[in-house]
Amino acid sequence: MTVAITGEEVVGTLDKKLKGAVKSVESEGILIQAEKILDIALCVKNNKNLKLDYLVSITGTDYIDYLEVAYLFYSLDNNKRFTLKVRLENKSNPAMPSLTGIWIGAELQEREIYDLFGITFSGHPNMKRIFLWEGFRGHPLRKDFSNGN
Amino acid sequence: MEIRTDSTSLDIDRHEGNLIEELRSSSTKPVTEPSGWLSEDLKRNIFLTTVDNVLNWGRKSSLWTETAFTACCTFEFISLSSSRFDIARFGMEVLRSSPRHADLIITAGTLTWKMAPQIKRVYEQMAEPKWVIAMGACGITGGIFADSYSVVPGYNRILPIDVYIPGCPPRPEALLAGIELLRKKVEKRSFLQG
Amino acid sequence: MAIKTEPILLNLGPIHPSTHGVFRMRALVDGEVITDIEPVFGYLHRGIEKLAEQKSYRQFIPLTDRLDYVASMNNNLAYVTAVEKLAGIEVPERAEYIRVIMSEIQRIISHLLGIGSFFNDMGTFFTPFFYMFIQKEKLTDLLEMVSGQRLLFNYMRFGGVSHDLPDEFLPALNTFLKEMPAEIDKYERLLKENEIVLARSKKVGILSPDMAINSSASGPVLRASGIEWDIRKADPYSIYDRFDFDIPTGTVGDCYDRYRVRVEELRQSIRILEQAVAGIPKGKVLNPVPLRFRPPEGEVYSHIESNKGELGFHVISDGSDKPYRLHIRAPSLLNLTALRKMLTGWKIADAIIIFGSIDICVGEVDR
Repeated sequence: MTVAITGEEVVGTLDKKLKGAVKSVESEGILIQAEKILDIALCVKNNKNLKLDYLVSITGTDYIDYLEVAYLFYSLDNNKRFTLKVRLENKSNPAMPSLTGIWIGAELQEREIYDLFGITFSGHPNMKRIFLWEGFRGHPLRKDFSNGN
Repeated sequence: MEIRTDSTSLDIDRHEGNLIEELRSSSTKPVTEPSGWLSEDLKRNIFLTTVDNVLNWGRKSSLWTETAFTACCTFEFISLSSSRFDIARFGMEVLRSSPRHADLIITAGTLTWKMAPQIKRVYEQMAEPKWVIAMGACGITGGIFADSYSVVPGYNRILPIDVYIPGCPPRPEALLAGIELLRKKVEKRSFLQG
Repeated sequence: MAIKTEPILLNLGPIHPSTHGVFRMRALVDGEVITDIEPVFGYLHRGIEKLAEQKSYRQFIPLTDRLDYVASMNNNLAYVTAVEKLAGIEVPERAEYIRVIMSEIQRIISHLLGIGSFFNDMGTFFTPFFYMFIQKEKLTDLLEMVSGQRLLFNYMRFGGVSHDLPDEFLPALNTFLKEMPAEIDKYERLLKENEIVLARSKKVGILSPDMAINSSASGPVLRASGIEWDIRKADPYSIYDRFDFDIPTGTVGDCYDRYRVRVEELRQSIRILEQAVAGIPKGKVLNPVPLRFRPPEGEVYSHIESNKGELGFHVISDGSDKPYRLHIRAPSLLNLTALRKMLTGWKIADAIIIFGSIDICVGEVDR
């Protein structure tokens, strides 16, 4: 069984500075400040006990008031999983750092979220639409998107 | 020196995006079959019976298909072309990757607006006479994906369709029946229709 | 003296016989050698994730069929297990066995097609492919027997499967399982030690283990790089913990290893099927769930080892009868992340083989 690492366990491994970036602790993950995601992701990846070295999936969600991006990680050696979440309140021009420098597996998924939600990932090598064409109006997975058809 | 394609690709993407938007805004109604280039009088007064028969026999006996397959229905087409259903009986086993060699498009699968200019271009590159079979629900109306923001509601928005084959996906037998219909249509074609 | 060459931007696809659907690559080539490549996606982007938000949970099952259309049962399975996990729905014992049987049959179909088209790309134009297609048609008949469809089955339901197996199914499957090992041996005799196959696929398109993990590769692509990670073992879903099977892995991570892993997985699938056919109990196959049922508020990520890799469904429910958000973790898309690294430096003809060895399904890449 892939066991979920509790939020507390991960927060315990972070150093003081990063602990301040944790907004809330859930049973299977933590909610963090968007700006600190690079540091925290590096921390959980390189920590010897956690060893969360495999980025599984990135899900974007539009919760009307804010956008949420959830990162799911596995540790292939320990067979554990863990979720990092980020909330972006600025819906008109949402932006956050890209994880492509740490996992190139983030490349296509971040482009997908840019395309479908309009979140810009700074530091991404090729930030442009992936599925839809240039000139498409709107971001279809936003809840306020209306179909032109 | 590392040259990345990214640097130029955004310009290409923008250009292609414009083409897509252009096609999308101009294709709001189904395309009808183009009428012949000859005047009505000429058509009514000249008949080419034997010539027509020979030409049509040749055309219907070797309909070569363009490999412009987009989605799920492709596998039913492959089933049809493999040994079990044996499309070779109709001289159709030759799949052409170049539109210049083909005279039939079987629209196997959902068409998205992003794909639409490519399919239209392939169709335009094919030599006359040419035919189109709309295979499957997506090919006819967009099917299960008709409500989607990126799906073309039926190939008939961009191509004139000769035969519609319903099903999601149509069985190989249904596809055979559709091909039979198309062969009948080819038989009735007159040389003077252009 | 080296000849001076100009880099050329070469377009492959989206209508191209080697791209397994409507996939497109923009390659920057220096002579025959690829210096950079950019995959272009979206030619089959049908907005499935948006459509999910507009349909009730049950209505979405047929749409999952159309993701990876060569193995629609696996997509069904991944989706229904996610919703079952979210709503806490029990599945009868017999239905679990049926699900495993269907999932493994689909894995065989997909791998047969994957291997067949891989050899197509290598130049053995359609000969091995049609050999494998014969077996695929037999399996298609079996699946048609249970679902009435040949490709997109829409067979699984929340709490089980839609119909019980017909009486003729298990004997027919047994016959197939008896023939299949000999068929695989036949393919092996033809292809395994074939000199052209060896020359064109060994040490070609190597994906190192570190790179495979870093690029989120999964399924046969990850295992061919030597990483023993199979969700059927690591996080057993359905009843996979009851079956005895091995996880084949490669050593080098080249195209040949990916082909070998798929062939070994065919044998393992047959092993699982034999055990499942022997152990299947009698009983009901469906714990009925209301048509427009409302799972409790919450979110769940559930994954299965599909034929292409880790297929995950992230379902977020707000307590209504439609998913609030549904994200599909598509293995085909993520296996392509490393494509640029894998292709750069190879010749165009090799690129086609490397791309073929990843075995994608564009319906799942673009969704």
